Amino acid sequence: MQILGLYNYWVFVALLMIGFYAVIAKDNLIKKLIGLSIFQAAVFLLYISMDKVEGGTAPIIQPGAVDQIYSNPLPQVLILTAIVVGISTTALGLAIVVRIKEAYDTIEESEAAAMDREA
Amino acid sequence: MTILFAVFLLTMLVITAIAIVRTPDLFAAVMLLGIFSLLMAANFFVLDAADVALTEAAVGAGISTVLFLGALALTAARERSSLAPPRLALVVVLITAATVVYATFDKPALGDPNAPVHQHVAPWYLEQTPVLIGIPNVVTAVLGSFRGYDTLGEVFVVFAAAIGVLFVLSGDRPLSAVFRPKDAPSTGGLKHHLIPRIVGKLLIPFILLFGFYVQFHGEYGPGGGFQAGAIIAAAVILYAVLEGEDRALVALPEPVLKGLVAGGALLYTAVGLVCMLLGGNFLEYSVLSADAVFGQQLGIILIEAGVGVAVTGVLLCIFHAFAARDNPA
Amino acid sequence: MSLAAQLPALQVVVPMLTAPLVAFLRLPNLAWAGTLAASAMAFAMAVSLTLTVLGGVSIDYAMGGWPAPFGIVLAIDAFSALLLLVVTGASTLALLAGKASLDREIAVDRQPLFFAGWLLVLAGLSGIVVTGDAFNIFVFMEISSLATYMLVAGGPDRRALTSVFKYLIMGTIGATFYLIGVGLIYMMTGTLNLADMADRIGAVEDVKPILVAAGFITMGLALKAAVFPLHAWLPNAYTYAPNIVTVFLAACSTKVALYVLLRFDFVVFQGNLAQHDLQFAGFLIPLALLGIVMGSIAAVFERNLKRLLAYSSVAQIGYILLGAGCVSLLGLTSGIVHMFNHALTKGALFLAVACLGMSLARLRVSDIAGVGRQMPWTMAAFVLAGLSLIGVPGTAGFISKWYLILAALEQGTLGLFMVAVIIGSSLLAVVYIWRIVETAYFGEREAGATVCAEAPLPILALTWAAALANLYFGLRPQLPVELATQAARALLGDAL
Repeated sequence: MQILGLYNYWVFVALLMIGFYAVIAKDNLIKKLIGLSIFQAAVFLLYISMDKVEGGTAPIIQPGAVDQIYSNPLPQVLILTAIVVGISTTALGLAIVVRIKEAYDTIEESEAAAMDREA
Repeated sequence: MTILFAVFLLTMLVITAIAIVRTPDLFAAVMLLGIFSLLMAANFFVLDAADVALTEAAVGAGISTVLFLGALALTAARERSSLAPPRLALVVVLITAATVVYATFDKPALGDPNAPVHQHVAPWYLEQTPVLIGIPNVVTAVLGSFRGYDTLGEVFVVFAAAIGVLFVLSGDRPLSAVFRPKDAPSTGGLKHHLIPRIVGKLLIPFILLFGFYVQFHGEYGPGGGFQAGAIIAAAVILYAVLEGEDRALVALPEPVLKGLVAGGALLYTAVGLVCMLLGGNFLEYSVLSADAVFGQQLGIILIEAGVGVAVTGVLLCIFHAFAARDNPA
Repeated sequence: MSLAAQLPALQVVVPMLTAPLVAFLRLPNLAWAGTLAASAMAFAMAVSLTLTVLGGVSIDYAMGGWPAPFGIVLAIDAFSALLLLVVTGASTLALLAGKASLDREIAVDRQPLFFAGWLLVLAGLSGIVVTGDAFNIFVFMEISSLATYMLVAGGPDRRALTSVFKYLIMGTIGATFYLIGVGLIYMMTGTLNLADMADRIGAVEDVKPILVAAGFITMGLALKAAVFPLHAWLPNAYTYAPNIVTVFLAACSTKVALYVLLRFDFVVFQGNLAQHDLQFAGFLIPLALLGIVMGSIAAVFERNLKRLLAYSSVAQIGYILLGAGCVSLLGLTSGIVHMFNHALTKGALFLAVACLGMSLARLRVSDIAGVGRQMPWTMAAFVLAGLSLIGVPGTAGFISKWYLILAALEQGTLGLFMVAVIIGSSLLAVVYIWRIVETAYFGEREAGATVCAEAPLPILALTWAAALANLYFGLRPQLPVELATQAARALLGDAL
């Protein structure tokens, strides 16, 4: 269990790095948005790793069950909200990228920036 | 055994993420992102977060992939060959990672029942939900009632996404043309592909049924408004893909979709206001009925309905807005 | 149940409820009227809450009837009230003034969606300011951010799109950093309620995750608040947004992020983490000084009128942080009072720019040559607001800088350096304001340039109202100073 806990955390760090790197280093706007999704998904992993209790099960209290250990419900509620926030941001970002493609005929950030500078 | 499986899932997550970032083929990247979401959902399930796993699968692997593919069809299929990897970005990322790893040193162990996060608020929820609210799924109780104000905010985030996408995509054409350009020919869907059409049409009623099941069963098992909204929207999107968007717009026309979007948000807020008018605080469902526990259950059913309706409407609005735009030649 | 008791919830619910009502209307004027009504009601509620709070009372409200820390609790004190006044006031003013300006930039059939977005920004910002729960802040921060991205994307120039994409990426990174920080704190304390966190943090033995959490939360909010060097999204976003949107944003959006930063820091971290006040000051004061200097210098060399004022905003955010970084009663008071005064100043300046925008398509400084003779009232209002920006005695800007200098003088040798930077940057402000004024009054209008008519009465009158407010609050600053002092006292008290 201890190893799993640490491994969970290291994977969170790795995904955070990968997603963050994609957002700031990649030029393609859609790649940036994909990186943003990975970045946010890593944070979800952080919260959900917190909710596990050893020997526990999902927090659905069946009537009549006694002496059942349950895992923590609160991080799950927070992440449900965070997932929806993430998809909303992605949807809006994609709509903006579609408009940029139509206005600039490119979705590479450096090319669009060059066109902006010439204006 | 579970530990081995969990370790495997986590490793696959990292490998998939690296593959997504490295591949220049955007279509492959989006497909891999779908796989990434599915692995993440499985991992959540291993960690006892059943509701979250369902949401991640429906929203992350399902809807997110559809949106990305919709945008890809309108933009480009490949990333231009990238420039040399910027040093500054690597440095920033490594510093961030080092800081986060530094925080690992003292964090509580995974699964330790004495960790601070399992004291204080969580046991109270687990004890009091059967008493105060009377439904088995504690996550739904917390989401719908104890922290219902956050969920109201969430519905409005989704609402903001819908009006944002409609607003942005109407920047260069009249708003009435965002859903269906005038004089556009019927796209026909996958008319010439027999097998997907037949199998797909068989699936649609079952998907819809499952969506409604998830909506109404959210108090007893994993489920609730968001997951249900995403699943029902997926069923309609499948219909649109098979038969053409114009047929889907006949089934659920534009005014209906807009009504769903606004109606869902209004329903949720209205429930809160009715509670206020009946003498309680905003969203205090106990006052909705003489029996406080029944009032809570009634409140949760109503707001979950509001959430499901709003999410269905929003996801379909966004899908149609993307799908109706012409492909560049 | 009395209406007064329900005000904290209604403050957020009224604009939020109006958004779906106006989003799909057919008549844009009806949508505008509905939005204006909701905004005016929100302003009235903010005034009422301020009057209650001025008596020294802080208001608590349990959402859903569940007490903290099991439910979400709203907590309104002087700091929240001040910001509510700023947010609702700026929104109402911009809406009243700006219909004609908006009609020039946004197609009529899209306006109902636009107004729904405006209401969501208002609801989101109000929600952040009244709540006492850390995760609730995140949710409402994202409501206001998503709606803001949408509003900025409405600008007619295609550069609005690239600017807003950058803003979206940076804003979402900021919000996610904030979320990581809150997650780490939750991991160590088990609660999300701010006051409860403050109680429980003292009991935590292993502080490393808390320190890292403080770092992430500060970075995330600094991104949202455009603190130097994370301000890259601000100049272009302000420049290419529709003129009225810039009025609203420049007055409020970064201030609310700074509110969260100060609230979180002083309530949760200060006093519970050893040496935190030194870390806070040591981290923020250099960044604030750099922001003031770099922002002012960039403004001096900038050719586009809106971007010039945007860089000036970066400098002004530096002033607010400089005051807050002093971690003293005077310092915090000066920072908080400047949130109010800067909203007045920049609001008036950008309203004057919107007046100019009624006649001119491009807004470079060279485009307004000689405009002073054709639009005398507009330019006069601009001059008045510009004096407040510089900090001339008698204007609101002077009050902030006075308090800031007093706070800096308490800091010893470093304080003398800070005073030098404040005075130096004010001189730079004279330079860039004078450049605009000189071009407008003494420049020669080019032969083929647009002939400008004076701006229409509604927007002109409200621009003057905003400009005169600068004068009023410069001569009678009791209200904002009282609120700011109470707020500072509360923050420092929490830190004890």
